[in-house]
Amino acid sequence: MAERDVLLEVEHLTKTFPIQGRNRERKQFLYALDDVSLQIHRGETLGVIGESGCGKSTLSRCIVSLHKATEGKIFLDGQDISQMRGKERKNMHRRIQMIFQDPYSSLDPRKTVAQSVMEPFIIHNIQPEGMSRLERALELIQAVGLDQYHMHRYPYEFSGGQRQRINIARALTVGPELLVCDEPVSALDVSMQAQVLNLLIRLQQEFHLTYLFISHDLSVIRYISDTIAVMYLGHIVELCPAGDIYQRPLHPYTQALLSAIPPSSPFEEKEQIELKGDIPSPIGRQPGCPLASRCQHCTQRCRTERPELKAVEKDHSVACFLYSQ
Amino acid sequence: MDKHLVEVKNLRTYFYTASGISKAVDGVSFTVDEGETLGIVGESGCGKSVMSASIMRLLASKAGKIVDGTVHFNGADVRALNENQLREFRGKDVAMIFQDPMTTLDPVFKIGDQMVEAIQAHENITKEEARRISAEALGKVGIPDPEKRLNSYPFELSGGMCQRVAIAMVLCGKPKLIIADEPTTALDVTMQAQILKLMKQLQTESHTAIMLITHNLGVVWEMCDRVMVMYAGRVVEQAAVKELYSNPMHPYTWGLMDSMPALNDTPKEPMSTIEGMPPDLRLVGKGCNFRDRCKYAQPQCAEVVPEPVDLGNGHCVACLLQTREHRLEREGGKRHG
Ligand SMILES: Nc1ncnc2c1ncn2[C@@H]1O[C@H](COP(=O)(O)OP(=O)(O)O)[C@@H](O)[C@H]1O
Ligand SMILES: Nc1ncnc2c1ncn2[C@@H]1O[C@H](COP(=O)(O)OP(=O)(O)O)[C@@H](O)[C@H]1O
Ligand SMILES: [Mg+2]
Ligand SMILES: [Mg+2]
Repeated sequence: MAERDVLLEVEHLTKTFPIQGRNRERKQFLYALDDVSLQIHRGETLGVIGESGCGKSTLSRCIVSLHKATEGKIFLDGQDISQMRGKERKNMHRRIQMIFQDPYSSLDPRKTVAQSVMEPFIIHNIQPEGMSRLERALELIQAVGLDQYHMHRYPYEFSGGQRQRINIARALTVGPELLVCDEPVSALDVSMQAQVLNLLIRLQQEFHLTYLFISHDLSVIRYISDTIAVMYLGHIVELCPAGDIYQRPLHPYTQALLSAIPPSSPFEEKEQIELKGDIPSPIGRQPGCPLASRCQHCTQRCRTERPELKAVEKDHSVACFLYSQ
Repeated sequence: MDKHLVEVKNLRTYFYTASGISKAVDGVSFTVDEGETLGIVGESGCGKSVMSASIMRLLASKAGKIVDGTVHFNGADVRALNENQLREFRGKDVAMIFQDPMTTLDPVFKIGDQMVEAIQAHENITKEEARRISAEALGKVGIPDPEKRLNSYPFELSGGMCQRVAIAMVLCGKPKLIIADEPTTALDVTMQAQILKLMKQLQTESHTAIMLITHNLGVVWEMCDRVMVMYAGRVVEQAAVKELYSNPMHPYTWGLMDSMPALNDTPKEPMSTIEGMPPDLRLVGKGCNFRDRCKYAQPQCAEVVPEPVDLGNGHCVACLLQTREHRLEREGGKRHG
């Protein structure tokens, strides 16, 4: 196997949002991300899985600079993105593109497909090599599986799956290296979902893309990823090769998540690991393990001390005291 | 079999729009027995919600009309019910659970008041008694501190908790049939698992029949006795759940099963998909609605509407190429069959 090369590195990233409390004197903070560290290797897919509100979108928004990190750093090819200025910063914006979940609101309804796909050329003032912008747009439209006659149509004429293809073509216009995909197939029906997943996998090879792929569906994440990060309440609780998530889930939260997935056949009897109660509030920084209040293995130590994300074997890290001697 | 709780025959509901007639439900027949769970699967737009609204006679749009077919509930002709009977039917016999619990709950009233009103609409009991029943129902669906929660507004609870309240409200009516239209689609998997478990447990206790509409085959495997697969307004296949899984027969069902990524699939290996898109329901009528996306299609598929044929054990398939005499060879199916 070739040497794995880190394209993007996130170091101790924390993102808080101030909360307007009733009590004016005490300002409170919502911890959307709490000390998150990870690496994304060039040409690979890092899948992020977790339930709604765990911080997945906040993580992707920090990476594409839609949010400013409260603490911590993000490095692209070893360079701190918060320190980039001018041309370098513009170039960074070009190298990292994003695809959103909602295929309906992410396209301008008044622009034709051709106009939407060509727009990034104008924003970034780029002239494709050896061809016109329109010719390049057509190439991309065809690369995502649409036809020439779609070029001059408007978004309302397309299904959700087709719109997501248009969004992908638009993201590819400026030749990005990292594609941040925030639940790109969650709003699609299964047959459309399979088509878009196949497309993303084909494009990854064709355009040498690196993906940060977010989903709340573990089978989708398992299918598209090389490495999987499991998030809970703003924390990464487990980080492992995609195959391990099914073979060797270590964190009690990962195990509960796996056990909650509906069976893959009517003959499968699933043992459910139930988590007690609801996800706790992310407001204010809690001591201890984020899962402590719901975990069946919880000890006194879990309530007071925060378990760090630690490698328990090569490439497989978990943040849980069950695995530390 | 003698009497079914629900018996729907050849139901057709069309929408009359300026741009044509949309055949949202086009000749659907099925039955549901007491205590049984029937799963209804199919992709969005295939007519699942219009079908259930038709059964309830709750078509919201004036453009939508039941143009043909019969619906019987407990032997009574639902299409012939008058306003009073209809109110009784909707409130007492059948209850619905929706994807968005706020379809059932009113954001501006306290949960307790809403539940009391719903109970008193059908039962002649005091407010205190109705409150007691409400609190009991909330407790049953796993809401902590039910007495206190009666005084909460829906927005004070999470989505999963609101869905529990909606289910508790349904319980208070002691319906014979629950139609659950994508009840867990908006929820996270751990909450979905809890709600499904709750529905199962309640069904065992009360012997209620459930029609469970979902696009998730996994939910069907977990919950249902029988399943019916819909495509573009028609039922393409119907069977007991284990039979359908082990021996699916309609090419659309094959496609549906193959396009769900499974946890044990090879990562990044191209998935088999159903190419293309569902047809425009204003343009269908002649022939099989799936033919344009079907790799097995033959010339006759464009001419003849396939009728459901019982191939044994109540396994019905509507495909001209799947008959008692002749079976299709399934290509590249990744699972059984
Ligand atoms: N702009 C914002 N202001 C305040 N809170 C926010 C904002 N964006 C996200 N949050 C909160 O941060 C947490 C993480 O949200 P998000 O990243 O959207 O989660 P996910 O994408 O995993 O569902 C949630 O509790 C959410 O309510
Ligand atoms: N108000 C309406 N006006 C016109 N057509 C409608 C209306 N409501 C539904 N339809 C048609 O009925 C079809 C089935 O819709 P629906 O039952 O909601 O699908 P599902 O619940 O399976 O996603 C849709 O594809 C649409 O064409
Ligand atoms: Mg999100
Ligand atoms: Mg629906």
